[in-house]
Amino acid sequence: MEINKYNVLVKKHTPKENILLNGLISFIVGGFMGVLGEVLVELYAYFLHIPTKEASTFMIITLVFFGCFFTALGFFDNLVKFARCGLIVPITGFAHAMMSAALEYKREGFVTGLGSNMFKLAGSVILFGVVSAYAFGLLRIIIMGG
Amino acid sequence: MIYVNAFIFCGIVCLIGQLILDNTKLTPGHITTMFVIIGAFLDSFNIYDKFVLWAGGGALVPITSFGHLLIHGAMDTVNTFGVMGLFMGMFDLTSSGIVAAIIFSFFFSLFFQPRD
Repeated sequence: MEINKYNVLVKKHTPKENILLNGLISFIVGGFMGVLGEVLVELYAYFLHIPTKEASTFMIITLVFFGCFFTALGFFDNLVKFARCGLIVPITGFAHAMMSAALEYKREGFVTGLGSNMFKLAGSVILFGVVSAYAFGLLRIIIMGG
Repeated sequence: MIYVNAFIFCGIVCLIGQLILDNTKLTPGHITTMFVIIGAFLDSFNIYDKFVLWAGGGALVPITSFGHLLIHGAMDTVNTFGVMGLFMGMFDLTSSGIVAAIIFSFFFSLFFQPRD
């Protein structure tokens, strides 16, 4: 088969991704995650009588809990496939990455499987977060003096 | 009003991520890593604090707030201990998210089986 024909065939059978629709879905889902975060912060602050700063910590823990729980139950993967970045970019994506790595590698044993592979997907977030925060912190000390 | 702001801010961050995901060959791992670095960058010049004031919890939900909290914790100890403080306080504020993710992942992985 000629290479041109082959390319045409490949293009025909590659599933088309609707970029606009994907963007719209992730905008809406992500937006509702943001609203959910704000609602949780206000609920915690109101019912537990704690300052907003601590309430936002509680909110992050709640979202991480549900991210892990729904991934463990199995249906969060389908939600992520549907909403993509709408669920990956919020903190639930971090929980999802850790939980799915933990589930996947636990059959290889506790130390060599679970222990060494749990951060396989989420580790880069922590590593580059710390490195960049260190670099920007140094920069800030040099420029603004702390 | 703050709910609308939260919706807009978090939605736009997710939209940017989705556009990067669709138009380049980067994986979700690249995107979350990039967003953490962007969050740390924005917070080193106090820009992210303005987003938090404007959008409230909506600005704390995306992964960019992870970078923001890292540098916030580090700067708090820098104010008291100088350059050494950079090593001391970095996880002060983010520890809740990381510890929660570790604890829940570990215990759920004991009880649940992976789905094929």
